[in-house]
Order: sequence, then C-alpha cells, then structure tokens
Amino acid sequence: MKTHYFMELINHQTLEEIIKAYPITTDFLANYRLEDIPKNQLLHQALKEVEDEILEDFGLDQYDVIESLCVFLVSFTQAETAVNHVASITIKGGQNKLNEAENVELTIFTGDIISIVGPTGSGKSRLLNDIECLAQRDTPTNRLILVNGEEVDDINRFEMDGKLVAQLSQNMNFVMDLTVREFLEMHAKCRLTPNADEVVSKCFECANLLAGERFSEATKVTQLSGGQSRALMIADTAYMSDSPIVLIDEIENAGIDRRRALFLLAKREKIIFISTHDPLLALSANKRIVIKNGGIAKIIETTAEEKQSLEAIETFDNTLLTLRNSLRGGELITAELLRE
Amino acid sequence: MKLITVAGPPSSGKTSVILKLINCMEMPKGRIGVVKFDCLTSFDDISYKEADIPIQIGFSGKICPDHFFVSNIEDAVQWGMQSEFEILITESAGLCNRCSPYVKGILSICVIDNLSGVNTPRKIGPMLKFADVVVVTKGDIVSQAEREVFAFNIKQVNISAKIIFINGITGQGSFMLAKYIRQALDIQTLRDMKLRFTTPAAVCSYCTGETIIGEAYQMGMMKKMEFDKK
Repeated sequence: MKTHYFMELINHQTLEEIIKAYPITTDFLANYRLEDIPKNQLLHQALKEVEDEILEDFGLDQYDVIESLCVFLVSFTQAETAVNHVASITIKGGQNKLNEAENVELTIFTGDIISIVGPTGSGKSRLLNDIECLAQRDTPTNRLILVNGEEVDDINRFEMDGKLVAQLSQNMNFVMDLTVREFLEMHAKCRLTPNADEVVSKCFECANLLAGERFSEATKVTQLSGGQSRALMIADTAYMSDSPIVLIDEIENAGIDRRRALFLLAKREKIIFISTHDPLLALSANKRIVIKNGGIAKIIETTAEEKQSLEAIETFDNTLLTLRNSLRGGELITAELLRE
Repeated sequence: MKLITVAGPPSSGKTSVILKLINCMEMPKGRIGVVKFDCLTSFDDISYKEADIPIQIGFSGKICPDHFFVSNIEDAVQWGMQSEFEILITESAGLCNRCSPYVKGILSICVIDNLSGVNTPRKIGPMLKFADVVVVTKGDIVSQAEREVFAFNIKQVNISAKIIFINGITGQGSFMLAKYIRQALDIQTLRDMKLRFTTPAAVCSYCTGETIIGEAYQMGMMKKMEFDKK
C-alpha cells in the first residue's frame, strides 16, 4: 500500500516536490553521489543524464535507483516501530552462578525507576545484558524477560535493532566536532520529527537546567565539561531517543543535578535502571535490585524510613553543592557554609 | 558446515567480535575454525591461537584483497570440511571501502565502529550495503545520540540489515549475533555460487608491476579524473 503510494509519487512528482515533502530524499541522493542531478524533473528523467558508471559503482541501474528510493521512503516514514509499544517489562528469575533459583518476578512500568546495587563483578551487567537482548530462558542466567506481559519471539527480538535500550555511562564522550545546536539538530533529523526546532530548543534548555554551569548553543560538544556533557546526554536521551528503556551506569557527582535528571527521564515515560552506589540516586528509586553471586538476591522496596533519610542525604548533598559553587566562584570556604 | 563471512575496516573490532561470538556459541573446542584474509601482516593469529581456535591466515600482498578472497574461498571451505568444523568464519579487512567479500546465500556480517565518525556508514559502500548483519562496536564510549545517528546512517545505506551493537571487550550483544549464526545456511562447497557484488576491477600496467609515472606507462584499464579547466 505504502510502496504503491511512493511509487506513484516518484513517477508523477518532480524531485523538487519530493524533496520538499520528504527532505530526507536529499540524503538518499547524496548516498549515491546523485546530489547534483536536475531537481526540476521526474527522477527517471533526471537519471538519464547520469553516467552509468556512477550507478555501476554502487551496483545499481536506473530502475534500481527508483526502486531503492521507494523502499527508502517507505522505511523512513514509518513513525512507529516495535520499541514504541513497550509499556512494561517483567523480569522472571532464573538462577545465579551457584545454580540457586532466583525466585523473583518483577514488573516495571514506564515512569518507574529501579536501582541495581551489588559489588563489582556480582552480575549487574549480566542482568542488563538479559534486559537488552530480552532473554527468553536462553542466556546463562536462564532468566525470562517479558514485554507488556508477553514472551518475545526471535523475530521481534531482532526487530528491536538495538533500539530497546539507551545507555548512559561515565565513560561516554562526544566524538563529533559539532556545536550543541548542530548536534541536537542532527539527532532530531534521525527521529524524523516534524517539529524538530521545538524539540531541539526544549532539549537544550533542559540540559542547561541540569548542568551546574550554563553553556550556549554555539559551544562545541567536545568542549563541554564533564557535567555539561552528562547533562546534554541525559536531556538528549529524554527528548530525542526512541528507546523505552534507559540504563544508567554510575553518573558521578560532577556538576549535574542527578535527581532532577532521573525524574526528567521518568517523566518522559522511560523505564529507568540505574546501577549506582550513590545513596541519593539509589533511594530515589522505588525499588532496588540487590545482586549477589551472579543472581538477583532480593528486591528491596524503598522503605518510608529510607524515603525520610533521603531528605537528610539531600541536605548533605546540597551542602557539598554549595561548597563546589563557592569554590568555583572564587570564594572562601567557611564554617558557616558547612552548617547550612 | 555453516560458513560466515565477516568484513570490516581495519581495527574496527572484527577479531574481538568473532572471539566473543565463538565464546558465546558454547561449542566444543575445534568445531569452529577461522580463516583470516589479510593484506601484509596480521597479529590476530596470536589471539585465535590463545583461544584454541584453529586458524589459517592468507596475505593478499600485491593482489587486490577481494580478488584474493574470491580465488581462495573455496579452498578455505574445503579446509573447513576436512577439519570437520561445524562453523567456518572468514575474516577479511576491507581497505579500499569497496571490498565486499560476500557470497549470495552465505551469512554476511560487516563490522564497523562508532568512533569512525557518524557519516562513515554512508561512505563504506558495498561492504556495508550488501551485509545481512551490521555489527557496531565501541558504542560504550560514545554518546547515545551518536550511536543512534550512526545506526540511522547505516539504515540509510542498508535498509534491510539487522544492526547489533556489540562491546568487543565485555562481549555484550554477542548473544544476539550468535542467534543469527545458528540460522546460517549449511554448505559443503561454494562451487557455482555467486558473489553479491563484483570485485574492484583493474588490469592495468600498474597491476603488473609498473612503477613509473606518466601517460606513456599507463596501459590497460584506467579511470581518469576530470579536473576543472582554467
């Protein structure tokens, strides 16, 4: 149906008109070194002026180009994919390294925050791997991961195309030489959203709210400080990423409002896993998974007492933040500041 | 025996991905073998030997790596059959970005890394375009946004490919690749099967050892650039 629609479009509208309706067509042409062909004609007419040699370099003939553009447009106008329909995931226990049963079943809905705690090497990454590949009792842990309460067949697991899970960790860097604005625009383009400008602006403002120090749209992403980078990555994941699940691995203290960042992601209807030993973050979650010997040892629901201590912890944390800001502002650290 | 072809630019992580993949397959030692097609030197045999994986290495030297691949692949398959492998994996480094050592019907994997720049997928050509599975490595050190833009650019060039992110150090992601491998076609020979794409063409004087520059020395199949006239 859609194929037919685009075939008609390509056969009856000039390239100019097609590009106007579907700007991504420009990318398609550039991919085949066809960016300079005349745009005021139908594609098959424009292709007559192209040397066969160029197309041969890509293993194509003129008809293939038309067909490829059609498939390309069909594929890149699909707004909905399998990952857009994830409303909950359920972890059904398997066994740990000692072959003891895990005896757990945990369902997590979008907007939930779950923390994962346990010593290094205890099996945290195994759990995250199981979630990422939607284990169906076929990984070493024998766990079963349900999506929306149902098992997932291999075809659907492959369909996820690595889009199920977005990851954020301390080791990540920007490697592109772009300004913040260009960077966000580039990511927005991939989302094929019609209101790209608006989303980019929102995302930029939000990143600035999270970062300790403000930065401008014209700053190069590679020149952002650690905290600013993290803030931009989180805002970007919240507003631009398709992935319904976000895995956060130890975001440290560096100049970013961590709790606000978490709640932002939760508000954007993400399922959030955070692997951390930071009390402020761990207790911000409703539940925490305790990992031992390669398995889930228990699931603790954050108690009322813990929720209360959160306030005290937040006070500590704010004191530290004040100290950091004073240092940054060139002020002296006084006993007064510590008491606040 | 299942045959899997793996290609990718130098240092993209092919060997790491294959090692993690083999580890993930949990098969008895000696049932999976590797043939490495390289150009001048290779140090990967050390990694394979350490992991107790039967390995053969061939160097294309002055021959185009794709031509070298296609003229040796059937012998590689026969080596695999005689060694009674269940799976034979070939690994080849694409240097000119036009390499496409893929055979119709044989599972073809292209390995590229996130650090190579977001537009790289759009520049790689047949090696990416004709792959069944595109494995993306080094995703753990770039931002989520860059991973997504990268994947998007892969889709632009190869809409039907399945994209799998694999961490070559921890092996995260190799489980899904192993699932693909199990579906690969069983073969006994490649005789009469066809390449997915032509190999780079050139039979010119320089192919046969000419080193002097100048029109008088250029013979055979040449391609000349057109420069703007002043």
